[in-house]
Order: sequence, then C-alpha cells, then structure tokens
Amino acid sequence: MTGTGTGELLRVDRLTVALPTRSGYHKAVDGLSFAVDAGEVMGIAGESGSGKTMTALSLFGLLPHGARVTGSIRLDGTELLGLTSKQLRAIRGRQIAMVSQDPSTALHPILPIGTQLTEHMRYHLGVSKSEAASRATGLLETVRIPDPEQALRSYAGQFSGGMRQRIAIAIALAAEPRLLVADEPTTALDVTVQAGILRLLDRLCRERGMAVIVITHDLGVMSATAQRLCVMYAGRLAEAGPTSQLLGRPRHPYTRGLLDALPHPEAGRAPLVPIGGSPPSLGRVPAGCPFHPRCKYTQPSCTTDRPDPEPITDGHLLACPPDPLRAAP
Amino acid sequence: MTEGNTVLELSAVAVEYGRRGQRVRAVDGVDLAVARGEIVGLVGESGCGKSTLARAAVGLEPLAAGTVTFEGHDVIPMGRRRRPASLRGLQMVFQDPYESLNPRRKVGELIADGVRLGGGSRKDGLQRAAELLDRVGLPATAVDSYPHEFSGGQRQRIAIARTLATQPSCLIADEPISALDASAQAQIANMLGKLVRHADLGVVLVSHDLSVVRQVADRVAVMYLGRIVEIGDTEVVWTHPQHPYTEALVAAIPHADGAGILPVDLPGDVPDPASPPAGCRFHPRCPLVQDSCRELDQRLVRVAGREIACHIRSQN
Repeated sequence: MTGTGTGELLRVDRLTVALPTRSGYHKAVDGLSFAVDAGEVMGIAGESGSGKTMTALSLFGLLPHGARVTGSIRLDGTELLGLTSKQLRAIRGRQIAMVSQDPSTALHPILPIGTQLTEHMRYHLGVSKSEAASRATGLLETVRIPDPEQALRSYAGQFSGGMRQRIAIAIALAAEPRLLVADEPTTALDVTVQAGILRLLDRLCRERGMAVIVITHDLGVMSATAQRLCVMYAGRLAEAGPTSQLLGRPRHPYTRGLLDALPHPEAGRAPLVPIGGSPPSLGRVPAGCPFHPRCKYTQPSCTTDRPDPEPITDGHLLACPPDPLRAAP
Repeated sequence: MTEGNTVLELSAVAVEYGRRGQRVRAVDGVDLAVARGEIVGLVGESGCGKSTLARAAVGLEPLAAGTVTFEGHDVIPMGRRRRPASLRGLQMVFQDPYESLNPRRKVGELIADGVRLGGGSRKDGLQRAAELLDRVGLPATAVDSYPHEFSGGQRQRIAIARTLATQPSCLIADEPISALDASAQAQIANMLGKLVRHADLGVVLVSHDLSVVRQVADRVAVMYLGRIVEIGDTEVVWTHPQHPYTEALVAAIPHADGAGILPVDLPGDVPDPASPPAGCRFHPRCPLVQDSCRELDQRLVRVAGREIACHIRSQN
C-alpha cells in the first residue's frame, strides 16, 4: 500500500457514460472531472437523474450492461477503465468500497453477519478464520454495535435500520479500503441515527486517512461532512469548490435553487421556493446550458452555448458564464 | 387554539400488536386534537408509533383503549362493511405514490371514484377530476393518462387530488413527501400548506423529517416510544425545545450553512416497545437522567407555553 497520507488518491477526468435506450445511446454523465485527496470527504450533490449514482457505479465497473464509458478514472495512478473483471475484483472491496442507500437490501438476509463481514476480508487480505473473526469483532466495535460477539452470529433482520447501516459500513471497511463511496448513506435513517453515522465517517477519515465520496441531495449532510462539494446537473458539473463557499455564497443558480427548495434550519419559516419544472430525463437534455429552461436568469447565449466549468477563484469552478449571482449578498 | 372547530379528536388512544403471543403497545395513551385550518406535525424516530397512531386515527388499526372522534362521530375500525358516510371526510394520504395508485386505471377514473363515493355520477367525477388536478397544479389533460406517466412528485399530487375528491375536512398524511425528490418535496409541502388554508382542512402530517414539519406545521407533537413527549406551537417547540428528547432531535439536524459542524449524536436506539423502560421511557438515553426518572412516569404538563412529559424540566 502506497500513499497513506495526504495527496491525490482519485482523479476522474472527462468521464462520460452513455447508456443504451430504445432511442440510442444517451449520456448520463457528460465530461465530468474531479479529484479526491486521501483523508478527504468530497460530496456530490444533485437531484435524482443528475448522474450522481452512475458516476459512483463507474468507479466500480458496475455500470448497466451495454454502457459506454470514455475518459479516465485513475486510482493512485492506476487506470480503472478498461480493466478486466478479474483485475477489478482485486480492487473492488479492497481499494474502493461502497455503502448504498438502503441498509435493508445491502445485507444478505439469511447469512449471519459474521460471514458477510469476514468473507471478503479473507479473500482480499488472506487472513485466517480466527484472525478474521477477531477483526470483525473490532469492526463492529468501531461502528458501535453493542455486544459484537453476539451480533456476528445474528442475522440482518434482527437489527434496526440504523444498526444495519452501521453493519453495512463495517462490511465496507473490512478490507481497509482507501476510498469509501457512500451513496445516500443516511437518507433512509432518522436524524439521530444520521448524526451518529456522519460522526463515524468523519472519525474514520481522520483516523485512517480514508477518503470518502458522499453522494446525497441533502445539503445539510454535505455541510456537516464534506470539505469540498461538486454540484451535478444533467450529468454535468454545475459548480464545485469548498463546501463553505458553495453553501455560503452559491454562484450557480442551480446550487442557489437547491438551497432555497430544501427545508433546512436556516430557512426558518420562509416559504420553500421550488425549482420550477423537473430535471431532464435521459436523452432529453436541452441544448446550451442544461439548466436554462428552469433558470431565472436565462440569457439568449444560455440556450445555445454549453458551458464548461471554469475556475472563478482558487478551487472554485463554475459552469455559468453569465454568473448572475456574482454580486449577490 | 383547538377549541370550537376541532375536527378530529384522539383521546387516550392505545394500539396494541400481537407478537409471538405477547401484546406490544405501539401507541400508549395519546391525546391529540386537530382543528380545521391547522397542520399538526407528528415527529419522532422510526418505531416511535407515529405511523401506527396515524393509521389508528383513520380507523385502519383497531384501538386497544381510548376513542377517536371525527366531527362528533366515533371512528370505527375498518372492516369488511362499507364505511359509514359520516366518516367520508376523514381521508389518508400514503407515503408511496408508486404503490397507492392503481397502475391499470387512468388518473381521471382514480379521482372520479372519490366523487362517485359521495353520490356523484361518473361524468361529474371526470369533470371534477379535471378541476382537482388543476388545484394540485397538474394539467387537466392528465385525466387520460396512467400513473406511470408521471414522476413521484406528480403522482403524490394525483393521490392528494384523489383524496380531495371526497371533499374531506381532515387529512392524515403519513410521510407524504419522504419518497420524493428534493425539488418535489418543496412543491408538495407548499401545496399542503395552501390546501389547508383554502379548503379549511385539518391535517396531521407524519414525518421523520423535522425540517419539513417546521416549514409547514402550525403545531408539532414529538413522539417517543408510543407517547407524546412534547407538544406545542411549532415555532415555540423548535426554537426552545424543553423535553431533552426534542432537544436531541433538533440538535441532530445538520445545518446547510457550510460551517462544517457535525450534528450532535444521540446514542442508543429506541427500546423495544414490548418491554418499555420503567419510569420515564426516555431515561436510558437521557443526558439529564436522575434516579427519580427511573421510577416516576411523568405525563404531559404545561411548561413555557407548551406541554412536556419530563419531571426534571417541569420542576424548574
């Protein structure tokens, strides 16, 4: 294992994912670039259909059958695109692991938790059965499952939703991955349980130098955990930068719209302002800026020119050339 | 604020489930009154009994004790018989708009059913359907479409239009917006608020998302393990929660301000309702716990403009 400290761990460059549909191939992800440093939490935000999940799946080579991928995904310098399934198996679970949204379907219902925790640990790390069992106990302690010995012999159905999600995280951590991809990890959970999981992810990053990509539409969750944020719309990057800047002074009308549409403590009793319309479906992405039909600040050029993300300040990228919120308070 | 025009009244309601021969009390002695023109938010962690209470309020669960009264009529549990016409004004909106609409029937027909129940003809029904769709912000042409042609948010609007067809005076909405996409959530939440003012409806909004409840509810009731632990005006409860459980819930909400502050964790899980802790039910997780909490089972008392069930806080 190299580079456990800081420094760039993942670099995604001009990633494009085209999915086959009845009317031909359509781009679910369109020229997306971003990087994640070791020990960092990076957030990807956007509505459903914005390409967040497809981006995550492409890291694992788990895209739907027939998907066409171009661009580059480099994990610590190794190109992941084009690897054989055998080569990918050595990376999945070992180098990068995933926690999915629904803790009730992520666990096998009729295998004991212990089996699910130790299976890939033994495969990837080659540890003995007893060594794996003791590591599994330690992992369950890390994610604060009471009575871990007993839990190893229990089944998924015997745990609450929050505990199942913590077990799913323990399984993802079992082979000590360097990058954890968490796709809506707390959306199905209560706020109190969510707070526990967010604190857990934060601690793991600091203690293990693990990098995390958090995918969610909940900007509150983003604000609490992610140091940097990418806002995606229709498969493209709308805005990216340090979370404090993006949420404190959003520059893209879509980021502003997301903040105004979601109920959150800062909004007080002000009425929610929905973003009119709905995100474009696959293959119906409008010409020009994909957000222009829903944007309050549309100008003629927005309907024809497709904007690429450009740096506006250090580390802050914006794909909105008119930049109407530049002078906003 | 609920005197006079109370539309739905729950009094000492208890609901039990049988589980492996044991009786489990999911809701234990809840009093709640809903007036016309107000939204009462019902919040709490999963397993606290809020959905069970909502189902009992419309007669989908038999009561183990207590009564539910809708406009002066007893709400009798749903059986095989036709529901009495006097209860037609009490309606429920379900969580999942993908499962609550029959996929093989057109939207117009689905909505017209509500009108026909009230004695209208099929033709009246289809005509009303177009009006109702307009009221929930959908084009009248949607009557000829099938539910699958709509997004989640649009389907939830259709489901709400269908309940409005019966001209209800009280709606019970069980997590109506949690299954929806971010931008659709705001639309449905705003729409519920508008409907309440315009149609003078009483609404019980069940949600695990406190931010949503704060946004639209006039009053909020916080449930823990089958009981209401704090109830009062939303703004009062939210800005100065008194019950330690409400405090923990509010502190657990992450703020979208970019400050990077982690929300506060409430350790432990909701205990098994089959064997609730003695004394105050929240005491095993409570940061203020004292010896007396293990014995004294405090009921709701008025403190600082709202009611709470905590004897530590009600002493001071």
